[in-house]
Amino acid sequence: MPTKIEKDSLSGQNTTGHEWDGLKELNTPLPKWWLYTFYATVLFSLVWVVLYPALPITGATGLTGWTARGALPAQLEQSRARMEPMLARIRAATPEQIAADPELRAFAMAGGRVAFANNCAGCHGAGGQGAAGGFPSLADDDWIYGGSFEAIHHTISHGVRAGESDEERGIAMPAYLATQMLTLAQINDVAEHVLSLTDRATDRAAAQRGAELFAENCASCHGERGEGNRDMGAPRLNDRIWLYGGDKASIVRSISYSRAGVMPSWRGRLDPATINMLTVYVHALGGGE
Amino acid sequence: MNALAPGKPPGKESGVSSTSSEPSLYAKHQKVYPRAVSGPVRRVKWAVLAVLLSLYYVVPWIRWDRGEGVPDQAVLVDMAHARLFFFWFEIWPQEVYFLTGLLVLGAIGLFAVTSLFGRIWCGFTCPQTVWTDLFMWVERRIEGDRNARMKLDHGPRDARWWRLKLVKHAAWLAIAMATGGAWIMYFNDAPTVTVDILTGRASLAVYGFFALFTATTYVLAGAAREQVCTYMCPWPRFQGAMLDENSLVVTYRDWRGEPRGKPDAAHGDCVDCKACVHVCPTGIDIRDGQQLECIGCGLCVDACDDVMAKLGREKGLIAFETLKNLAASQAATRGMAPGPERLAAGMAVRRPQKVIRPRTLVYAGVLSAVLLVMLGAWLMRETLTLSVQRDRAPLYVTLSDGGIRNGYTLKLANKGRGATLHLAVALEGPQGLRLTVQDAEQDAAGRPVITTRDDGITQWRALVTAPAGLNLPESTPITFRLLDAQGRSVLAQQSSFLGPRR
Repeated sequence: MPTKIEKDSLSGQNTTGHEWDGLKELNTPLPKWWLYTFYATVLFSLVWVVLYPALPITGATGLTGWTARGALPAQLEQSRARMEPMLARIRAATPEQIAADPELRAFAMAGGRVAFANNCAGCHGAGGQGAAGGFPSLADDDWIYGGSFEAIHHTISHGVRAGESDEERGIAMPAYLATQMLTLAQINDVAEHVLSLTDRATDRAAAQRGAELFAENCASCHGERGEGNRDMGAPRLNDRIWLYGGDKASIVRSISYSRAGVMPSWRGRLDPATINMLTVYVHALGGGE
Repeated sequence: MNALAPGKPPGKESGVSSTSSEPSLYAKHQKVYPRAVSGPVRRVKWAVLAVLLSLYYVVPWIRWDRGEGVPDQAVLVDMAHARLFFFWFEIWPQEVYFLTGLLVLGAIGLFAVTSLFGRIWCGFTCPQTVWTDLFMWVERRIEGDRNARMKLDHGPRDARWWRLKLVKHAAWLAIAMATGGAWIMYFNDAPTVTVDILTGRASLAVYGFFALFTATTYVLAGAAREQVCTYMCPWPRFQGAMLDENSLVVTYRDWRGEPRGKPDAAHGDCVDCKACVHVCPTGIDIRDGQQLECIGCGLCVDACDDVMAKLGREKGLIAFETLKNLAASQAATRGMAPGPERLAAGMAVRRPQKVIRPRTLVYAGVLSAVLLVMLGAWLMRETLTLSVQRDRAPLYVTLSDGGIRNGYTLKLANKGRGATLHLAVALEGPQGLRLTVQDAEQDAAGRPVITTRDDGITQWRALVTAPAGLNLPESTPITFRLLDAQGRSVLAQQSSFLGPRR
């Protein structure tokens, strides 16, 4: 509510007409340099809106036609071209050869770390520690399909149960209860036997009964003493590492309904050089054989 | 802001705002036209200017052989490779505190010098003073001395005006570009970057900084000049805290000069010729006493001595003098008539400057303390350091036999050059822990051996395994120790070994 605009004799400026307890507010104009800078920024923004995508509309481009997304392929191509000499060598070498050459190894470890974080860490964890519920740790010494350079490379390339024609990674365990191959009591006995492989059986008699059932149904893949079979991807049952939990309830569930974890095949998604780098990186996580 | 004071006569409100009786908050800039002067102070100033400018322009060109693959520039801040070279010294980014220490030394040194000799930093060595002096010298060569320049500026803008101004600004710009260019050379290989700048191949950053320092030199030394000291620089604002009555400052001996006027028996030694005002680079009158604008350059001392010599009077009417002596002389000559007796009486009571006093002792103490700390830090500087980073994802890995494994990244930084060191890694901790280092060779005792890299960092991945049944607590301290070929401990770094909660 401006009341009376007066002129201040000291500064030569008008007051705003606002007054609080005798204090009057001076209406001092902005400094010229500030004002012109402000006008310049307004002008700049107008030019910007015309030339560059600035409106919140999908597909809006300015007169220049430039977009951040449009500029990306060229930048990617540029960085790819910069790395190409090294990538060519990585592509031509086997993972063993890469690991043996300090220069290639350093490059592959750096590239593998990035590729792992982008593609693998979602399931296997940032440090390859795995996750509960069927995502195996890549840092320990227990491998379902083998921890050699060759085996790791094969697993990454073809995945696990990824619907490839390659049958090696396609075998799945039968669901013994669901298909009525075993009764619940029999499954209990088998589970007790599996526990006894690591000296954890609670019911010796049941474990005894389960031994025979194990030999008939399980040993062909998991081995006589539960030592596993990497060719078929049958995990070891006589160690301390359990992909789906090692307590009796989990084992009973595994036998009853089967477990069949899936990993995608990466050979169509990642280029050979990246798969080589990933192989070297995963091998160095701590479990490489 | 309070607008109108109540009780002002009405009718004045519509009148013109500011009258001469009301103080303005802003002073309009008065252009200063300093006159040339010669004398001992001026000679010292020229000498200091020559030395400092030569240092600034020449130092980046000094070559310093450090061996193959290392920059051969004596003084170089190598941003790309994160190294700072200074003749024999080379520091890494994590040792930037040595630079901080130098700055602290500089600041305390400045305090100490100021408490003894006043603002000689401002008057003689400050880059603003040095470059302004150089620019003024150029200006004088082109446009002439004080009177000629004033005449030129107040006269018509004819062809001569345009010619002189053009030549002057071109010369200034050339100096500014040389200054900006020299700055770049402290951060790049001088010969290479010179060729790059001249052939248009230098990076945008180089051209950007080149333009920035050219512009600042040109504006600060050409246009802003004394306004930098008066309005922009914080130092004049608090240098009063370092000065006391025992510091040497540029002083007008008013007890001798007053009353100023004609050179006769009725007047003091000051003949009011204003020579001291005309030579002053900040355009002040030193006879008004101590003031913030005075940079203590002492050119008025030379100018006044010159006049006194011509008049056949004793020099030193304006002099570097302590305020204590000034007060003593004033007291001794109070009430005396101008003449040789007053001069003799005033000069007789002066005492030599008191150098050792609490203030200077404190500065000297702090200065030597910082110096000692820095010297100690430099002498105890580690040229070989080991850092151990434990894996955080996963914290630990359970092995198939129930053992526990932790992963570590060892980084071995070698600040030296020359021999590659081969160091065996030994693990100190609970009995039974096993250590392997990926890609490391092994010595005769089966310990992994890691190697250094010249002036660089080597990185190793170490795995420590506790076999099943060791039953370590959740966290166990362990130590990685590096041993040389004779088995002596070179370095050690603590870390911890984690396992499941028990």
